[in-house]
Amino acid sequence: MKNNIKHHLTDQILMGYSAGALPEAFNILVASHLSLCDECRAHLASFDSIGGAVLDSTPGALATLDDDSLAAVMARIENTPTASAPVRPKRRDTTVPAPLCDYIGDDLSGVKWRNIGMGVRQAILPTSSDATARLLFIPAGAAMPDHGHNGTEMTMVLQGAFQDEDGYFARGDVETADADVNHIPVADIREDCICLAVSDAPLRFKGLLPRIVQRFIRI
Amino acid sequence: MSTRETAEKRSLWVDHMVRIHTSRDRAAFAELYDHFAPRVKGFLIKSGADASLAEECAQEVMVTVWAKAHLFDASRASVATWIFTIARNRKIDALRKQRRPEPEELTWGPEEEPAQADVIALQQESETLARAIAELPAQQRALLEKAYFGELTHSEIAAQTGLPLGTIKSRIRLALDRLRHAMK
Ligand SMILES: [Zn+2]
Ligand SMILES: [Zn+2]
Repeated sequence: MKNNIKHHLTDQILMGYSAGALPEAFNILVASHLSLCDECRAHLASFDSIGGAVLDSTPGALATLDDDSLAAVMARIENTPTASAPVRPKRRDTTVPAPLCDYIGDDLSGVKWRNIGMGVRQAILPTSSDATARLLFIPAGAAMPDHGHNGTEMTMVLQGAFQDEDGYFARGDVETADADVNHIPVADIREDCICLAVSDAPLRFKGLLPRIVQRFIRI
Repeated sequence: MSTRETAEKRSLWVDHMVRIHTSRDRAAFAELYDHFAPRVKGFLIKSGADASLAEECAQEVMVTVWAKAHLFDASRASVATWIFTIARNRKIDALRKQRRPEPEELTWGPEEEPAQADVIALQQESETLARAIAELPAQQRALLEKAYFGELTHSEIAAQTGLPLGTIKSRIRLALDRLRHAMK
């Protein structure tokens, strides 16, 4: 795929995805980026290989099987047909990466946006509650409210681009912001910016949104 | 175990997978089972499953290995890595009760048998990786095991500066170039 991606997933996040340690919300973003980025996909293969090596040679983790274990499995494979590879239907509009389609549908037209002020809109995706995933719509040239983070926040651009203190982020790029980051992403003037943002702790807004409002909009 | 023996064993598992795939070879499957099922069960117990759930899931993982044997590609992963990914997905499903979003499948072009040279190269790289991990200082190795056996949360992984990722990655180039080449 010929995406010109400059900001990639961190080693820690790739390892967390490989180990199966990430919350569902983060897995959506990681799988979406991997769908567009061959480089990270290849790195993930390395991390999966570490998992394979650890599984294969950690003597302390060998469990004793039940007495009839092998016999039970032999009986089960007797009746198990060959499984086919999962096939996702071909899509016409590929703005939305396939893993995200499983949450919002084929394209962005079905997204139920809610205004959160300053022309910025968001839609929360249904995921497990240990982290939050939301789509953000920032009008061309507009700014996200100034905010800091209590945990880790990752933002992946789906359409348009934004700029903040850390750099310029375009389609496919991922910004990873930790607790010490305070930033004001501003959407590129040429196009409305749509992002997938995930966080494992509520954002801290400075002034613009009172905390009581934060509770209602779950940002 | 000597390096040569380990290497032979690994290529043996690839051969086992081929026999399971092409001739539904039950003897080959039973040997694979004896080696991997206790490991998968141990992995699930360490991840928080009780013994009976771990046994059940380990059996399901091995049934999946049988049912998806034709999807195993020895030029892209070692047998251990492939089984690890199946076990990990089963763990997320059964223990964490979450969906596991997966990346879009790549289109690899017309289906053909992987070139033997690619298979050998990948299996050798896997061997190099296993050796690099085995030679890590005990503390670093223990951290890796904790991370992959699900004993670290993702924020613990993110905060963990002692993880030897750089060390490991500088010693392997796992499939990177070939993978990119294949996707052109
Ligand atoms: Zn990437
Ligand atoms: Zn932020």
